[in-house]
Amino acid sequence: MTKILELKNLSFVYGQGTPYEKCAVKNINLGIDSGELIGIIGHTGSGKSTLVQMLNGLIKPTEGQVLFNGKDIWENPKEIRKIRFKVGMVFQYPEYQLFDETVYKDIAFGPINMGKSGKELDSAVRKAAAFAGLAPDLLSKSPFDLSGGEKRRAAIAGVIAMDPEVLILDEPTAGLDPMGRDVLLSQIVQYHKQRKNTILLVSHSMEDVARVADRIIVMNSSESVIFDKTEEVFSHGRELEQIGLRVPQITKIMLCLKEKGYDVPDGVLTVDDAFSCVYSLLKKEGKL
Amino acid sequence: MIRDVTLGQYYPGKSLVHRLDPRVKIVLLVACIVIIFCTFNYLSLALVTLFTVMCIASSGVPAKFYFKSLKVIITIVVITSVLNLFYGTGDPLWEWGILKITVNGINRAIFVTVRIVCLILISSCLTFTTSPTDLSDALERIMKPLNKIHFPVHEIAMMMSLALRFVPTLIEETDKIMQAQKARVADMESGNIFQRLKALIPILIPLFVSAFRRAYDLATAMECRCYKGGDGRTRMKIIHMSKLDVLAIITAALLICGVVLCNIFLTAVM
Repeated sequence: MTKILELKNLSFVYGQGTPYEKCAVKNINLGIDSGELIGIIGHTGSGKSTLVQMLNGLIKPTEGQVLFNGKDIWENPKEIRKIRFKVGMVFQYPEYQLFDETVYKDIAFGPINMGKSGKELDSAVRKAAAFAGLAPDLLSKSPFDLSGGEKRRAAIAGVIAMDPEVLILDEPTAGLDPMGRDVLLSQIVQYHKQRKNTILLVSHSMEDVARVADRIIVMNSSESVIFDKTEEVFSHGRELEQIGLRVPQITKIMLCLKEKGYDVPDGVLTVDDAFSCVYSLLKKEGKL
Repeated sequence: MIRDVTLGQYYPGKSLVHRLDPRVKIVLLVACIVIIFCTFNYLSLALVTLFTVMCIASSGVPAKFYFKSLKVIITIVVITSVLNLFYGTGDPLWEWGILKITVNGINRAIFVTVRIVCLILISSCLTFTTSPTDLSDALERIMKPLNKIHFPVHEIAMMMSLALRFVPTLIEETDKIMQAQKARVADMESGNIFQRLKALIPILIPLFVSAFRRAYDLATAMECRCYKGGDGRTRMKIIHMSKLDVLAIITAALLICGVVLCNIFLTAVM
């Protein structure tokens, strides 16, 4: 498969040359395949947000390169806006960027900037709203009259409407109630399945990431410490705890069982999987 | 990035000037500004310059910062001194068309330059060595007598400190919103002035919305803590005058006396 995004020796230093110099991202090398759903985890201040902002050229790396489809995105700085059509970015608390009179107009902001108009624009907006789970009658309302969850959806739709090849979501579920979180996550997964694009999901909620990601990048103090398949990553339970990250509860229970000498697999991520493991184990030992 | 802009000029430190009572500093600054403009001969000008240099030297702030503050006004200084140079009265030393330079003009130019430079340096000395909160606190204390004529001193001081407190927050917010709209391919760097103004709308509206939201939140939080204005309110930091302040006042008094004596006994050169 082709690598849609490749990072080479990527580093970023804030305030270079001043006394307040601070390294936010240090020497990251990795490749992301087209069509993957990648989770990026790490605790606050580990450089996750800085990393993803470099992927669509919002900030320029102080060192190293970001290759999009094999081409350095900063090769021609005047064309950087074109990269932003292709790599969409939903910021943390995106509802604060809503500004237009109606939700429809706000979602259309991105596509209009791309030069879309007429029917093409209309279908882009309606499709994006449907993907984000916004009821069609909300489109004519003012974004400031929506509820918190609806605002969040409207803002996400505003980025989806640009139909990016890579969609980056920075903590999309932050501040939502558990129910809203579940619904939003499953909608993201559904969108991913239908659109078959690449999604990067930044989060510090292990449960969220474990449930949906194919592969996971673990960031710790500006470096990428682990980049592996989801099950593999969570089988490093102890390591993750050392850098201050918690594995999902169910994974932890299974790891503890293993430490006690039971024959269970390493990276169990969901309660259902755990149930079937334990069930078959109990059956094997004749306790059922 | 916009975040790199340093706001407020406070340079933390523990120098003599830093330790002065902010009220004393403000009063002395006002006195100094008045006295700077009461210098009419070279001796008094030298006294004022000496005092300014003393303030700078004892402030413990690197000279680099003072140069930076002078950089802003360099054009004003050049323009006013050149204008003054040609507007002197008396016999011309040099003449070309309607332009003439006289001794009086040269004196004027020198006085204007030195006065403005001293003025900026000594005011920067205050802002470098006093934190914005101390400043507004001190202003509130100084203006307290105005309460008698129903001037809302406390309210104004409170508004000042709140405004100062929210400047960095709003800058950060602007930065975030700008990035978010740029991610939606907003074009803010090209086009004519109208296009650029229009491009500001997606930034200003969310910014205003969030400023109002913050204001409401803050008002609620203050009410929850039973804030009801300045009456009967004690303060967390009580500013005291120390021996150092007395010393500063004496030095400034000497300066004033010096300048007044110079003005009495020497002839004015402008």
